[in-house]
Amino acid sequence: MSATTHDHAHDDHHGHAPGFVHRWLFSTNHKDIGTLYLIFAICAGIVGGILSIIMRAQLAAPGNHLITTGQSWNTLVTAHGLIMIFFTVMPAMIGGFGNWFVPLMIGAPDMAFPRLNNISFWLLVPAFMLVMAGLLTGDGAGSGWTLYTPLSAQQDISMDYTLFALHLAGISSLLGAINFITTIFNMRTPGMTLHKMPLFVWSMLVTAFLLLLAIPVLAGAITMLITDRNFGTSFFDPKGGGDPLLFQHLFWFFGHPEVYIMILPGFGMISHIISTFSKKPVFGYLGMAYAMVAIGVVGFVVWAHHMFVSGISVDTRAYFMAATMIIAVPTGIKIFSWIATMWGGSIDMNVPMLWAVGFIFLFTVGGVTGVVLSNAGIDQILHNSYYVVAHFHYVLSLGAVFSIFAGFYYWIGKMSGHQYPETLGKIHFWVTFIGVNLTFFPMHFLGLNGMPRRYPDYPNAFAGWNGVASFGSYIGGLSVLIFLVVLFKTFTSKVKLADNYWGEGATTLEWTVSSPPPFHTFEELPRVR
Amino acid sequence: MTRNGLFGAGLGVVVAGMVGLAFASVPLYRMFCAATGYNGTPQIGPQAPTAESTHSITIAMNADTSPQLPWAFAPEASHVTMKLGEEQLAFYDGKNLSDHTITGHALYNVTPDVVGRYFHKTECFCFTSQTLGAGEKVQFPVTFWVDPAILDDPDTKNIHTITLSYTFFPSLEEAAKVGALAKAGPHTGNTGIPRVLEPGATGG
Ligand code: HEM
Ligand SMILES: [Cu+2]
Repeated sequence: MSATTHDHAHDDHHGHAPGFVHRWLFSTNHKDIGTLYLIFAICAGIVGGILSIIMRAQLAAPGNHLITTGQSWNTLVTAHGLIMIFFTVMPAMIGGFGNWFVPLMIGAPDMAFPRLNNISFWLLVPAFMLVMAGLLTGDGAGSGWTLYTPLSAQQDISMDYTLFALHLAGISSLLGAINFITTIFNMRTPGMTLHKMPLFVWSMLVTAFLLLLAIPVLAGAITMLITDRNFGTSFFDPKGGGDPLLFQHLFWFFGHPEVYIMILPGFGMISHIISTFSKKPVFGYLGMAYAMVAIGVVGFVVWAHHMFVSGISVDTRAYFMAATMIIAVPTGIKIFSWIATMWGGSIDMNVPMLWAVGFIFLFTVGGVTGVVLSNAGIDQILHNSYYVVAHFHYVLSLGAVFSIFAGFYYWIGKMSGHQYPETLGKIHFWVTFIGVNLTFFPMHFLGLNGMPRRYPDYPNAFAGWNGVASFGSYIGGLSVLIFLVVLFKTFTSKVKLADNYWGEGATTLEWTVSSPPPFHTFEELPRVR
Repeated sequence: MTRNGLFGAGLGVVVAGMVGLAFASVPLYRMFCAATGYNGTPQIGPQAPTAESTHSITIAMNADTSPQLPWAFAPEASHVTMKLGEEQLAFYDGKNLSDHTITGHALYNVTPDVVGRYFHKTECFCFTSQTLGAGEKVQFPVTFWVDPAILDDPDTKNIHTITLSYTFFPSLEEAAKVGALAKAGPHTGNTGIPRVLEPGATGG
């Protein structure tokens, strides 16, 4: 397939040096849009990070009054979660690295629908403003990122802002997903069969399918929530015969695939990085690809592990428990294959590899606590405790975010043509590593001791570990500042970078073009043997 | 259309289909609960019990009232012991404590959740909405029976007490009248109260 792709590739011939407005606001170039997404994700990540440090400051000691009301606490929790998920991790991984490297890796001149791509990005900006309106206006939207009704039904208009924000972000993701699937199926260069496709592209393909099937369910559920709130329907309101539990089912039917949407692109990046710096092809390529497919498929039938205490029957719990545990199998395949890739390799421990190895370690910790939580019996106690908070931060703030930084250091030279500072990058890694572990590891103990999540205060007995966690979060904040210095040093660096600055281990097509790549790449399709 | 355009349009159809499924889940979920007794949804219908059993079972009566509904609502007896397969009549007392007429609607379920499919309601005040004038007092009747098959199911055979629970809410119209809900026109969306005998006899 694919020699036919020429005709759509150039529907936008604005030459090689479009003006600033034309290049950045009306951009249809996958690399420029990728860059916009990355800048957006960094900005949103800083906002979300500031919110989390405010929360940790409140929790640093019992009886703090930094946050004056429970509602404002809830709005902070809600905005932090939504910003990190929809405006940081997803834009960085999917919009940022996905846009940059999917076309390059499959030898396509651009994405299938360049204009749609532009819309996808620019929808995120108003979406983000609406989420901030949800945080800052009125009482604030305080439902948590899970939007459970009846709580979400009782909030003021700021909740509507937040719900509309999710609609816009959802449309953005859906357009992106359609774009990625079409690009990957239709625009691979001759010789690039599905089974030769780089693992990052595989991960983006599975992610795009998860988006395609999961986001519309969220859209349906929040539409019903909006009409329940504003137009007197009662989809979820018992007064009119609705059932609030139905909302939970719909939300988690979206929500569980969503958590894999946030990690699968990371899996893809980590595979390339581990293989590059071990100077070996990835161990078990096909197993790696189909493990992601399996995770995607099984991910759609495990949602009620988030609802073990919602009153579902014992048999239902037994099913969801077993199905959830099964996900650990393909996940384990990936972990072991990464380790097997490193095994016997001549490993370069430079900055991207540090982040990648850190990812494997921290993600595994999060995976293990996930398997603990998947036991329906144990979850009766641990549900809604800090143990769950520890679990998902190990897979997300430590797992997904580490993979984003690994990808950043791996590709920033390719994207910008500038060399990152090696020593400062290592310092950035270690400070982050220490900060996040200090923050989140104690939460396991707090959760096991019964500290519930989503409260702005706690009994004195929990003071010790909370103090440690808050201290850790300040170190995490410091690491963000170090990252900003890294950015500055990178972009002011004068070192010239070769096309393939990582050498023999880096084998995918993006390493065949210059660093940075020309505005238009692969107008002449490369041939893959 | 181009090859990419066709492909993209196909994916757009998938998206529309999933949105449709999300909305379809509302009636499907209700049908699923009614058919399986999931979530403690009792079986509704006029069919009378067939065979009486020598085993008996205790039904505990529970009543709650929404804080937005100024009614007193309580069972006449806190519990009743009856034979499996025997039809039983019980009463709840309701009184409107306010000085104006109010329409309310009771939602119901049984616990433990698993007995939903063996608990049959033949008549109930909860099948329709109820209107009480200022200070009016009424007796609400309910008839039900428990299927002896409950003894054959390993999940339910050791259950000796079933709690029959009601929560009275102001009907949606009532809530709209006092402005508790948005005043954006008639209440649409849901087809009304689920699990009712005759469609149309709803309060929702
Ligand atoms: C081995 C794989 C995994 C298993 C078995 C697993 C299991 C679970 C279970 C049972 C819960 C529910 C706990 C509760 O609320 O009581 C949960 C929560 C959660 N998991 Fe995982 N998980 C796994 C991997 C992941 C991954 C890879 C991510 C994301 C990258 C993730 C993100 C989350 C999130 C965000 C929540 C909490 C949602 C909330 O309540 O706000 N999990 N997990
Ligand atoms: Cu899940």
